[in-house]
Amino acid sequence: MAFYIPYIAVVALILIGLYAVVFKRNLIKIVIGITFIECGVNLFLITLGYRENSTAPIYTSSPGGIMSLPVPQALTLTSIVIGVAVLALMLSLVVHIYRHYKTLDARKIIGGDEE
Amino acid sequence: MNEILDWIIHHSPALIVAVPLLGAFLTILIGKIGPRIRNVFVIIITAITSFFVLLLANYVFTNGIKTYVFGGSSTSIESSYAIRILFEIDGLNAFIAIIAAILPIVAIIYSWAFMKEHTGLDKYYTLILLMTAGMLGMILTGDLFNFFVFLEITSIASAALIAFYLHKANSVQAAFKYIVISAIGALFLLFAIALFYGQYNALNMAVIANNISFTFIDKIALVVLIAALAMKAGIVPMHMWLPDAYGRAPASVTVVLIGTTLASLYGLFRVIFTIYGNHLFTVDSSQIALVLGVLIIILAVVTIVIGVFMALKQNDFKRMIAFAAIAEIGYMFLAVGAALSTYTFEGSSATISASGQMALKGGVFHIFNDALDVGLLFLVAGAVYYAAKETSLNKLGGLARNMKYTTIFFLIGLAAVSGLPPMNGFASKLIIYQSTFQINPLLAIVAILCSILLLATFVKVFYSVFLGPKLPKFSGVKEVPKSMLIAMGIIACIIIFIGLFPNVFVENIVTPAANALQNATSYIGGVL
Repeated sequence: MAFYIPYIAVVALILIGLYAVVFKRNLIKIVIGITFIECGVNLFLITLGYRENSTAPIYTSSPGGIMSLPVPQALTLTSIVIGVAVLALMLSLVVHIYRHYKTLDARKIIGGDEE
Repeated sequence: MNEILDWIIHHSPALIVAVPLLGAFLTILIGKIGPRIRNVFVIIITAITSFFVLLLANYVFTNGIKTYVFGGSSTSIESSYAIRILFEIDGLNAFIAIIAAILPIVAIIYSWAFMKEHTGLDKYYTLILLMTAGMLGMILTGDLFNFFVFLEITSIASAALIAFYLHKANSVQAAFKYIVISAIGALFLLFAIALFYGQYNALNMAVIANNISFTFIDKIALVVLIAALAMKAGIVPMHMWLPDAYGRAPASVTVVLIGTTLASLYGLFRVIFTIYGNHLFTVDSSQIALVLGVLIIILAVVTIVIGVFMALKQNDFKRMIAFAAIAEIGYMFLAVGAALSTYTFEGSSATISASGQMALKGGVFHIFNDALDVGLLFLVAGAVYYAAKETSLNKLGGLARNMKYTTIFFLIGLAAVSGLPPMNGFASKLIIYQSTFQINPLLAIVAILCSILLLATFVKVFYSVFLGPKLPKFSGVKEVPKSMLIAMGIIACIIIFIGLFPNVFVENIVTPAANALQNATSYIGGVL
């Protein structure tokens, strides 16, 4: 049962994130929602790479037994780095939106001025 | 000389991505010397990239699939498959890569004059080159995670470029919408990739396609992949970002954006036809191919109808073209869905009927034509904005007197996008009409009716922008500078050339691409 906890957490994180993106009006909360989805996906990748009683894949100092493949970790690192870039860009756009509209409420922004 | 050429062809998959990537970061340094040198440098970089793409495409069309492995000479180690990034190019990749290489060149030549008055141009060109690199990477790669990385590079660069007019509230808002949509799309793509990795221990498309056993998890992954990539490609229920992004970005950026949308569309084709290809179209899941085909046809018809009707009621020049672009994506989808629904089963192998083959060819051909036609129209809209500083259709008028050449280019684009002879749009749409008529006459009727409506829309635009009485407000408007005319001229020439000699084009480029689409086995054979 304990083995499934990470997967339950993955589903929970993704669903919470989707809820925030779809139902929240505040742009910052939408950005937070996307970060939640990202955390869920990253956790999923890491969990997939887990093997019980395995060692790090360093061939010269291996005590024997099974080694875990480092690919999921590499994927997760890449995805975290990309996530930071996307997050930074999204927040900077939010800053500019606030400067233009003086609000972060999505409803007021959508109905905003047409040039 | 031949050795050098062979070396270039051998390494071209890597060079096609590396050259614009290197150029992107050198642009900032070279921009310190002077704007003119920087512009020339950027044009040279894109020209070199396109040259490599053409060499590679030529190689692929004559010699078949090319596989390029990074970090090793072979795709496999003893007795098993090694996890290595590799690029695999078949007819379909090569075909889409040609489009993706033409669009940035045109955009950059166009920007020379179009963006001249703006500051921050070093970063502008850097981002355009990054977008080019990401787009070509998406198209050439044979690795799913690599596809995700390039997709993110492309969407970050495009979001930053859509917000280029930072002083306009609307363009910042459009960029935010775009980045939210593409971030979610990309994360779900990554989720699907993880589902594959968990089951098959592989990230390579060919290896996954070979091992895929169509379990319940694979079906979930298929749904997630189609949803994520269709979102990025602007199919109707997920299209709301597209008119904003296309309409608010500078016209030169929009042209490259069309390329990124097509790259996502390519990803969708790759998933459906290659990764799931062998399994969707075998006897045990025969119903699924039909269901998928019908589903895609419904999506396509909705996309065409909504795109056309929304285009009819727009008052903004660029938004209107953006909705027309959505309708055009629907046409490609229609042809592909029609082809999917005609799979017939004899024994254990599936074949597409002759009309299905035709439909597939028409759909693939239309990808190329759509990029050119819609691209040209956006460039014209940009030129009108540049000259008159206005995009509202209600306020524009009588510009044909002042802008002769732009008017001619608009007429060419109008004829091409609504499928009138002798333009390229006619060639591909005729194939689509013919083949879908044989599959189901109703589809052809919808397609033709919507084309006529599209023509009506553009004639209305032509009248309200270029004809009509001379407006005192626009008496000082002059023809746009040469670089913009050259950019539009390049596209117009290609459009007319394809329209006059469609056979040359269909036989040499489109047919290999359509064949590659149906042949998942040879794609798998390129790696294993």
